[in-house]
Amino acid sequence: MAIRCVASRKTLAGLKETSSRLLGFRGVQTFTLPDLPYDYGALEPAISGEIMQIHHQKHHQAYVTNYNNALEQLDQAVNKGDASTVVKLQSAIKFNGGGHVNHSIFWKNLAPVNEGGGEPPKGSLGSAIDTHFGSPEGLVKKMSAEGAAVQGSGWVWLGLDKELKKLVVDTTANQDPLVTKGGSLVPLVGIDVWEHAYYLQYKNVRPEYLKNVWKVINWKYASEVYEKECN
Amino acid sequence: MMSVAVTAISSSLSYSPLLLPSQGPKRRMQWKRNDKRQFSRKVAVSGVITAGFELKPPPYPLDALEPHMSRETLDYHWGKHHRTYVENLNKQIVGTDLDTLPLEEVVLLSYNRGNMLPAFNNAAQAWNHEFFWESIQPGGGGKPTGELPRLIERDFGSFEEFLERFKSAAASNFGSGWTWLAYKANRLDVANAVNPLPKEEDKKLVIVKTPNAVNPLVWDYSPLLTIDTWEHAYYLDFENRRAEYINTFMERLVSWETVSTRLESAMARAVQREQEGTETEDEENPDDEEPEVYLDSDIDVSEVD
Repeated sequence: MAIRCVASRKTLAGLKETSSRLLGFRGVQTFTLPDLPYDYGALEPAISGEIMQIHHQKHHQAYVTNYNNALEQLDQAVNKGDASTVVKLQSAIKFNGGGHVNHSIFWKNLAPVNEGGGEPPKGSLGSAIDTHFGSPEGLVKKMSAEGAAVQGSGWVWLGLDKELKKLVVDTTANQDPLVTKGGSLVPLVGIDVWEHAYYLQYKNVRPEYLKNVWKVINWKYASEVYEKECN
Repeated sequence: MMSVAVTAISSSLSYSPLLLPSQGPKRRMQWKRNDKRQFSRKVAVSGVITAGFELKPPPYPLDALEPHMSRETLDYHWGKHHRTYVENLNKQIVGTDLDTLPLEEVVLLSYNRGNMLPAFNNAAQAWNHEFFWESIQPGGGGKPTGELPRLIERDFGSFEEFLERFKSAAASNFGSGWTWLAYKANRLDVANAVNPLPKEEDKKLVIVKTPNAVNPLVWDYSPLLTIDTWEHAYYLDFENRRAEYINTFMERLVSWETVSTRLESAMARAVQREQEGTETEDEENPDDEEPEVYLDSDIDVSEVD
């Protein structure tokens, strides 16, 4: 009983605002696909409506579905004391759970131009960026370069190291969340560099996608997260 | 005892151990040097000197795989992705130790036992894609004939079971990567470990999944077939529906003829290496019957207490 509560509460705490909770048959909390706060076509021309729709309705939905399945199987295995199965499920949980975590952040990292998308960061985050990277342009250049250099699938992040109290740029492979690179890292901005994030529009030219995605980055949201973590 | 159809092989490239760190039996090159490849330095129009790898076209027109793999996909996948790997590799290795070596050697050297050197990504992807285009053909699919289905049955139970496992492996290879059918001889299932007591039944067909640019050459397996599961391989034709792409690949595209030819070569190579290995062993250990794998037998364990 105790294990089930720990598994539910800790892992799901971060997603309170974005996913509605349904109590499954055994009390395992399941996840649902969060709605986008804007229309699929609202990020054009930076990201096409076609990509947004498939990315949200197909890719993210698949992560959610498979994550729920894996958690259900995990619950059963834990209750049976089936250690082998618990271990076997870890990669599916990491991959699909990570996919859900990352994409939930990503949708909030984006905003239409007429809702602030692309407006440079202000306030304390703006100052911190100037301090650590010289200027927003300096940060963008670094993140774009590292995002382009990711081999295969992954993400490029602007994160806050809560303990060291500084901003960091880092990359993760596949669907690994930023926290896998350091327990004190809080994601502020994540950019998906999996091919599915840009291929239909930009084909093999990932640097072009990275150049354009900044026009719809929602720095207001990143600032909110930053300020909350700093207080 | 399995009978092996041995094709006549020209002498395989013997490879100087100076360039490879010693790791058990000498690593023998698996593929004949591609004499069609030019070793001369190319000087591009801009005056930049590059190394000599060339982008080989697929063995069929770019639209010949329609409707199963579109012309558009070939235009990008071969014309941009594959081409970029080759061009970037050339720029990367020109003037270095890796320059003028055959592609397979560049792959193995830059793999560097898992601590990959910068050239690995481009080199391995160049190799993988050439291997991929040759793994498929117009009017492909169906079932293999000859020796291959016998080995498939022996090692997987049935062709259907093999298909199920191969497709499942390809579908579950999270992120970017490749799924392979390979022939494994004299190697344990743990990557890079040499089987100390190789037996005939250790030679078998295996399915392996690899991430990003990695391929089974680095474990001294003989690749027979591959499917590219990087998203760029299927996104234009199938969007996120990787399982559908895999089905189409196996049902309509795979060139079993090519796979069979590769298997013949692989089995012949394994036999040849075994014979050479036996000769070397006789020279080095005339008195030993088996290679020693455990501690000295004159340690008296009872003394440890």
